[in-house]
Amino acid sequence: MSKSDPNAPKRLALIASKGTLDWAYPPFILASAAGAMGWEVGIFFTFYGLTLLKSDLTASVSPLGNPAMPMKMPFGPEGFQNINWPMPNILMANVPGFESVATGLMKQTFKNKGVASVDELRDMCVELDVRMIGCQMTMDVFGFKREEFIKECEVGGAAMFLEYAADADVQLFI
Amino acid sequence: MSDVIKEDQVLDCSGMLCPMPVVKTSKAMKELQSGQVLKMIATDPGAPPDMEAWSRQTGNELLRSMTEAGKFIFYLKKK
Repeated sequence: MSKSDPNAPKRLALIASKGTLDWAYPPFILASAAGAMGWEVGIFFTFYGLTLLKSDLTASVSPLGNPAMPMKMPFGPEGFQNINWPMPNILMANVPGFESVATGLMKQTFKNKGVASVDELRDMCVELDVRMIGCQMTMDVFGFKREEFIKECEVGGAAMFLEYAADADVQLFI
Repeated sequence: MSDVIKEDQVLDCSGMLCPMPVVKTSKAMKELQSGQVLKMIATDPGAPPDMEAWSRQTGNELLRSMTEAGKFIFYLKKK
């Protein structure tokens, strides 16, 4: 229950601070699950996380400097698919196009396993009335324009989000 | 043998992973009238604990949760 109104639904306040494909899933998954439970949800998209609100979602992932990321092949027999491929930094840093290949592999692996795409998850959040707040300061810093972002999002600052989060039952930084 | 529960609507979430079964269930429940029963089928091993939590959080009763031929089956009654 929100503190100021005992009859209000539970509230989840998230901060999405990362914009790579791997980190795009958690905020949208948690937000859509909470929305499906009848909770009120707000996500503050700041720094690199702001790019997740772009109309044209181009989130990608780099295994370089991401040592815990399992590298899996989304095709072939199950035993082959379950192999965790060792990827030395020297290889990842020097092969042109490695990042787009890794991004494609991750998208395909997730799709094969039955995970919705980031686009689909975001659409579900919109449908579930999740409040999505883009950080004004980040827009100014990176030179983004309001028109580059989905029309469903709002634009605000730290104070606006903190006021919302102060009444939340769950607050998470992602 | 326990009593047979008669469902008003069936939702198949086979092959879907978190959070899709929960999201689809919530959507399907909105179409039902109070007291009607939704039968939801899932293959995600995370679905049983998720559906229990969803039921507690939304107040829609989980009448029965069972496993049949490797699938998880839930009967949910709209509050």
